Amino acid sequence: MGINRREFLRLAGLSTIIGLGGKAAFDLLFPGELEAQLLAAPGALTAKRWAMVIDMRKLDEATARKCAEACHRVHNVPNFAQPNNPQDALSPELLVRREVKWIWADHYHNAFPGLEQEHGQERLESLPFLVLCNHCDNPPCVRVCPTQATFKRADGIVMMDMHRCIGCRYCMAGCPFGARSFNWRDPRPFIKEVNQNYPTREIGVVEKCTFCTERLAVGLMPACVEASKGALVFGDLTNPQSKVREQLRTQFTIRRKAYLGTNPQVYYIV
Amino acid sequence: MNNQIKNEFGVFAERPTVEKKFYNRLPIVLGLAIFFVLVTLPLWQNVGKAVPVPQPQLDTPAIQKMAEKDRKCVEPTAYMRSNHMLLLVNWREDVVREGTHDFASPDGKKYVASLSNTCMQCHSNKTQFCDQCHNYVAVTPTCWGCHLDQEKKVAEAK
Repeated sequence: MGINRREFLRLAGLSTIIGLGGKAAFDLLFPGELEAQLLAAPGALTAKRWAMVIDMRKLDEATARKCAEACHRVHNVPNFAQPNNPQDALSPELLVRREVKWIWADHYHNAFPGLEQEHGQERLESLPFLVLCNHCDNPPCVRVCPTQATFKRADGIVMMDMHRCIGCRYCMAGCPFGARSFNWRDPRPFIKEVNQNYPTREIGVVEKCTFCTERLAVGLMPACVEASKGALVFGDLTNPQSKVREQLRTQFTIRRKAYLGTNPQVYYIV
Repeated sequence: MNNQIKNEFGVFAERPTVEKKFYNRLPIVLGLAIFFVLVTLPLWQNVGKAVPVPQPQLDTPAIQKMAEKDRKCVEPTAYMRSNHMLLLVNWREDVVREGTHDFASPDGKKYVASLSNTCMQCHSNKTQFCDQCHNYVAVTPTCWGCHLDQEKKVAEAK
């Protein structure tokens, strides 16, 4: 004969009690080893909403170039115009098409289409507008990404996870700012001096500015901000005391293609 | 009657008689033999040969410099041997997607969660330490398409 009902209920009740209380009791009586875990670094710069203000009154052509160079150097962005091996040189047409860029200088009529007027913008047209990923609050690239390789972090940064990118380029079609570049070929032969502390990319992935998340994590400002001699201001948009908010409060700023509703978070003082 | 096929209309026709015979015996047997040899060729080629078991070395400059008691990986050796890929995947998810870069090992020591900047700083002998085992078990991790190993740098420093 099997067990009777009384015996069965008694066993079931006992095993429930052991199951529920057993682990807690075990942890209490035998405090085990410290489990491995990841923690936020103490020196990291954190914010609720990162944003950037670009002061075009302070930005001349040389500084803009320096900002772009600093960014591309620390992030191992290839320069196809200067291959390490002369055999890898591309035709001028392909140079434009296959260019990989995170931040670059552009004309006013390219950076701010819809805002151009026939007269009175001669000064603006001569300025080197530094353009980069706007880290939109409503990023279309994130919405269209089929693998969630590009995603919005809690601090507002629109980040790329190269491990998940399948190279479908939906994000490039979705981005109205042309901030994304596709790796049509292996970028390594085109990197002058490789920054050993930052990975390169592979053929077949899309890349863009990440607001230097790897530098923020160790308490450094983005590379372009450091190289800009004060023309680029970076900070927390939710903190009323931050430099970014101070600039926005005191200066008139414009944003690129704000009418599209992506809510870009790079502001320009013109 | 036995040799005839019967249908609903009656006897239909005589069953065709075909001689039961193994036609083209030689080419078929020969072909099968050749096929068998070709398919099992890799086995024959390697019969009697023992592929040396990989022996990852820890004799890199960075590890040599450490004191004997500090020569510990971020997790116990046995765990790393069997689960380093899971650890790296966890690091990847945490660093890229969560933005947490600090890793605390079971003995409380802190590390930066980074393949190139933490693992490869000690294990700078990628060909010997990583590739040897990966080749032995025929896996090709895609880490190195983007992440840089420190092998060249260490070789140049020597």
